[in-house]
Amino acid sequence: MSERTKAPPRLDADRLLDDPRTRIIVCCGSGGVGKTTTAAALGLRAAERGRHVVVLTVDPARRLAQSMGLSSLDNTPRPVPLAEAGAAAGGTLHAMMLDMKRTFDEIVEAHAEPGRSEQILANPFYQSLSSSFAGTQEYMAMEKLGQLRRSERWDLIVVDTPPSRSALDFLDAPQRLSRFLDGRLLKLLTAPTRTGGRAYLKVVNAGFSVITGILTKVLGAQMLRDVQTFIAALDTMFGGFRERADDTYRLLQTPGTAFLVIATPEPDALREASYFVERLSEDRMPLAGLVLNRVHRSPATQLSAARSLAAAEALVPAGAAAENAYSAGGNGGAGALADVTRYPLAVAALRLHAERMQLIASERRLAQGFTAAHPGVPVARVIAQPEDVHDLAGLRVIGESLSAD
Amino acid sequence: MRAWSARAAPALPTGAFGAARRPERSGSDDSLVPVRARDSDWEGVRLHVVTGKGGTGKTTVAGALALALASEGGRVLLMEVEGRQGIAQLFDCPPLPYGERKVAVAPGTPAAPGGDVYALAADPESALVEYLEMFYSLRHAGRTLTRLGIVDFATTIAPGLRDVLLTGKAAEATRRRKSGHHIYDAVVMDAPPTGRIGRFLNVASEVSGLAKMGPVRGHADTVQSVIRSPETAVHFVTVLEEMPVQETLDGIAELRGLAQGGLQLGAVMINMVHPTGLTDDQLAAAARGDLDRNELSVGLKSAGIENGTGAEGADVADALADELGEHATQVLGQREHRRMLTRAGQPCYNLPLITDRMDLAGLYRLAAALRDQGAA
Repeated sequence: MSERTKAPPRLDADRLLDDPRTRIIVCCGSGGVGKTTTAAALGLRAAERGRHVVVLTVDPARRLAQSMGLSSLDNTPRPVPLAEAGAAAGGTLHAMMLDMKRTFDEIVEAHAEPGRSEQILANPFYQSLSSSFAGTQEYMAMEKLGQLRRSERWDLIVVDTPPSRSALDFLDAPQRLSRFLDGRLLKLLTAPTRTGGRAYLKVVNAGFSVITGILTKVLGAQMLRDVQTFIAALDTMFGGFRERADDTYRLLQTPGTAFLVIATPEPDALREASYFVERLSEDRMPLAGLVLNRVHRSPATQLSAARSLAAAEALVPAGAAAENAYSAGGNGGAGALADVTRYPLAVAALRLHAERMQLIASERRLAQGFTAAHPGVPVARVIAQPEDVHDLAGLRVIGESLSAD
Repeated sequence: MRAWSARAAPALPTGAFGAARRPERSGSDDSLVPVRARDSDWEGVRLHVVTGKGGTGKTTVAGALALALASEGGRVLLMEVEGRQGIAQLFDCPPLPYGERKVAVAPGTPAAPGGDVYALAADPESALVEYLEMFYSLRHAGRTLTRLGIVDFATTIAPGLRDVLLTGKAAEATRRRKSGHHIYDAVVMDAPPTGRIGRFLNVASEVSGLAKMGPVRGHADTVQSVIRSPETAVHFVTVLEEMPVQETLDGIAELRGLAQGGLQLGAVMINMVHPTGLTDDQLAAAARGDLDRNELSVGLKSAGIENGTGAEGADVADALADELGEHATQVLGQREHRRMLTRAGQPCYNLPLITDRMDLAGLYRLAAALRDQGAA
């Protein structure tokens, strides 16, 4: 680490996992940074250190299920068999994948007035709402998290956040729901289906007929009726819905929760991570630190990029530089190298090493940029693995890397 | 520039492209169609939908494709729909408003100057206001509905409505004409990620459960007819890693299922492709961990790098051999992923890894790669 920028505090993953006060770990970050894998690796490590863990994932990646030895992840926590050595610590691991529609259906069945639930479940708007991705997934992830926490079956819940277009949506879910439920629009739409006059109706009446006029024109009368029926049907359970969403939001603010922002050392991912750190602080959410995923290392840092490149050049006679083009096979320059140098292997190794050193330097600069903006945020690094994670052993390697930094 | 205002009809016309689905490159009576030097793989496609898993460079590739399409002149619209302002970041310009503005000029030659790339950050609220104003002359009503939260409401309880507004905007821009000619020669949409793309494009079905008749249904059906025409193709951006490749294959399979209705699958754009300097034999040996270390040591020595010069006396040759081993494992994995992608049967294009910060020069390189391979 360069001396110009102060190194960030180290994120001690094991201390976090071992602390019995840690009850919820939320992994958040932009898409493609390895949230789900990190969540699973943390869950496994915690379980093998003796905790009773459930990993809740919203990412429907089949490989994750396979990596944990499960044929499928449905809406129920499934036990993940630990290796003997891991089980020796007395911990357990469960994993589940969020089925948002089923979660939503269960809420309706549990909370709607008797006889109403079928009516709601059959409504086309309910079906659209409960099975679509945008928004609902965030609500249902919050709901499921609350359910798991209330069940008290586990002493640690590790959750990854939905791969939403904005990684922040899940934080907004409860407020958005509240705003939505308190909104004038909802009152306008539900007003005609309520029985008995209400005072505010008189006030909004004039505006109301204009609005419904427009809505009828734009949406069509049938659609407006469906919306109204849907809202009226859900009306009775909205209160409980919002209350639980608010409860979960507050639960996230308690010290028992730890937010981990996941990023790769790339500009977009770190920009998103910065934004997330700021947002968590605004919402007074407890941030544990940044997990910097897929960080590159070299076993030969003493050989700089410049020296390595110069050495490679020295082995290739001037004018015979083999310029590699991107090619379908992905090894465009290989044949060419043997033609221009007696030491093709050394040239390839030196060029590769130079690239890696450059990559390491650029990753370090990006990480320093993040730390300069957020000096207090602890950081843990996970070394890039040459292969994708397929099994518990792979997850274990990630967990070890997280803690070994 | 105001969108949709050029149109007077209260509904998008259907089948406007009916007869001449694949326009002739030369000899066409439409003088605005530039005579092109050669075919691309997507002649006749005017709406390019670009999807991909997060982190694969979907926005970057969409930008490069727009530049490539504009490189023989003409005007291309690059459109984003997720409120991320990714285009502004890519082209290093201030956040885009809801309006179409020029963000770049495509590379060209003095004889054949490059065309213009316009950009638009579309959001459902503005699209709705615009839609109401255009089709119903309900300008104020649209704003009132937005203020009251109708759009928030609509996107919350029925995301299909949100999608139909956004795809509708893309369809409108694709077919917008002025004095008989298309305003844009092509539209490139930086679309939602692979996991959501099927639902996003399947607008009519998503909306049909909600609106069995009426204006919304009519609009959705019109949009669907554009999306499912030979004028539209859906491209997938991926990198050669397991999860993005798997998602790409899943996405292709999903769209094939929807393709019964005519949805056209486009290319697989393999991003961040990096050549290896090793031969197949060397790769295999390196992956197994039995590279010829002697050859490596001799080569290094010949370049003036002695073993044991490291701070802790580390063996440089061994260290570099380890790096080669990791590299080989990675390359062999990538090849397997590439084989899986090739088996999906769509054209694959390679986009080189740009190691520097992505800027216009990098985008030009990607655009050139796309053109060289026939993508534009």
